[in-house]
Amino acid sequence: MEKKQQVQKMALRDTTGDKIFYTINAIFLGILALIVLYPLYFIVIAAISDPDAVLAGDVVLYPVRITMEGFAKIMERKDVWLGYRNTIFYTILTVILSIIVTVPAGWALSRKTLPGQKAFMIYFIIPMFFGGGLIPFYNVMSSLKLVNTIWAIVLPAILSVWNLFMTKTFFQSSIPDTLIEAATIDGAGSFRIFGEVVLPLSKAIIAVMALYYAVGQWNSYFNAMIFLQNENLYPLQLVLKEILIASESTVGGSGETILQQYRLANQLKYVSVIVSSVPVLMLYPFVQKYFAQGVMIGSLKG
Amino acid sequence: METKAAKPAAPAKVRAPKKRMTKEKRIRYFKDNSPYLLMILPAVIVVFLFNYLPIYGVLIAFQDFMPGDKILSDSTIWVGFENFERFFSDPQFWPLMKFVIGFPLPIIVSLMLNAMKGRKTAKVLQTIFNGPHFISLVVLVGMLTLFFGRYGLVNNIAAHFGGERYSYFLESSAFRPMYILSSNWQDFGWSAIIYIAALSNVDPQQHEAAILDGATRFQRVIHVDLPAIMPMVSVMLIMSIGGLMGVGYEKALLMQTDGNLAVSELISTYVYKRGLTGVPDQAYATAIGLFNSIINVVLLIIANTTSKKFSENSLW
Repeated sequence: MEKKQQVQKMALRDTTGDKIFYTINAIFLGILALIVLYPLYFIVIAAISDPDAVLAGDVVLYPVRITMEGFAKIMERKDVWLGYRNTIFYTILTVILSIIVTVPAGWALSRKTLPGQKAFMIYFIIPMFFGGGLIPFYNVMSSLKLVNTIWAIVLPAILSVWNLFMTKTFFQSSIPDTLIEAATIDGAGSFRIFGEVVLPLSKAIIAVMALYYAVGQWNSYFNAMIFLQNENLYPLQLVLKEILIASESTVGGSGETILQQYRLANQLKYVSVIVSSVPVLMLYPFVQKYFAQGVMIGSLKG
Repeated sequence: METKAAKPAAPAKVRAPKKRMTKEKRIRYFKDNSPYLLMILPAVIVVFLFNYLPIYGVLIAFQDFMPGDKILSDSTIWVGFENFERFFSDPQFWPLMKFVIGFPLPIIVSLMLNAMKGRKTAKVLQTIFNGPHFISLVVLVGMLTLFFGRYGLVNNIAAHFGGERYSYFLESSAFRPMYILSSNWQDFGWSAIIYIAALSNVDPQQHEAAILDGATRFQRVIHVDLPAIMPMVSVMLIMSIGGLMGVGYEKALLMQTDGNLAVSELISTYVYKRGLTGVPDQAYATAIGLFNSIINVVLLIIANTTSKKFSENSLW
């Protein structure tokens, strides 16, 4: 980064052409930022505006007749809060288990002395490109007696081969071999080295992995949809699917009834988008500082 | 321990000794490194259960299979490629042969962010661009229905200017634009991360030399920055081609309505419907899924070979 700044200083004597380039560049990126932000902003102002004003198209740039009615309504939705509780539980469980599975495996895979290292690599690469498909997967879950249990949601999510390789690459490129040698000479065994030398240096990758697995679990709906019948186990996304999407596909009938449906449901939709997305969006900035260390190194050489 | 301690300086030597080592040494080598096997074991088991067992399960694609049957037993009825032949003559076959292609927006954005003057502004922009990645598919499609619904924002604005209201979700022609635009909106920033990382590794001396040669910033983007990320671009391209026919079915499924089914039905959504809903025909759905996986592998190999031929970049 510092060197980059030096280069930019060198180019201080910008030509007119450069100035135009920088301006166009900034304008383009600025517009892009607006395109990204506006829909999110609109969701917020629509959620706190009078639903009639939203429906009439009066809400475009700022909220109209601010009301918290929508939030009050969603507080009464038991299914949403049950889904919320379930999702938090699944997410925490997934993150804990996935870190336990992914990080040591990544470390082992990054050791050239791992017996059969090549074979293990191939073993993990194959599923990246070839799989049995949905139905055999379902049948496996069913014969493992996992269908309609929380484990159908948690267990398949605790290892992503992508994440495993990213972890491996992180270890390869950021834990110096000399450090491990020194610890070995001091007489530390492999487990102690991993626990006392490697793990304290791996905060970045653990944070990034935790974020990846957490976001993945928080946002997934498909496995829950095919594996869960018991509504008490439904994660938030499945409840949201009912609220946000199911009603749209049943749109039919006369304009009047559609409008009535919209009026009743829309505010709840805007509010539920906010309520469900805020936790994840808040998590991201906290973990972002680790990205430079974790993802970038991992992805570069992966 | 001591023998190993002396060696790791040349890891290649530690790996190689298999041939040279005496039996005793080999046992010791194995013993020293067996903790690694223990560390990797849970991952091996998880992948075995959820990735390899299903691969074994594709055998039912060649059987007359009823849910609850054992995959291999005395009563198994083998039918050869019958399920595949049924699929090839299925009127749905050709309509299902389609996929969604990405767009080079992430590459352009990474180049532009990298060429920005203010480093701080670039960081802030990048944070903003990454944000939508964290929105779930359900919420994203929910947002689409809110914006593009009959009385949503887009229609309201159109109506304001005298346009006609339009049920975007019930029109086949609107499905693809909505799908692609929303995917780009959600993930262009996230996909750019990998290129930005590559760009931060460009040797500043290359830029200095280019400046001395009188190159403008734009010329430096084209002749210094772009070549630096080309290897990454081809790797990502190969990877995405390998997954072409599998991507995005979870989203397509959410966006499906009776009105847009002609366009929104993908192989994977069709597999889901035939295999797990209505009166399930598991053997048939598995055959379709297997066909899809094989096409993906073939595409991957073709993409990799082509890339190898015309550039030095390939996955293997």
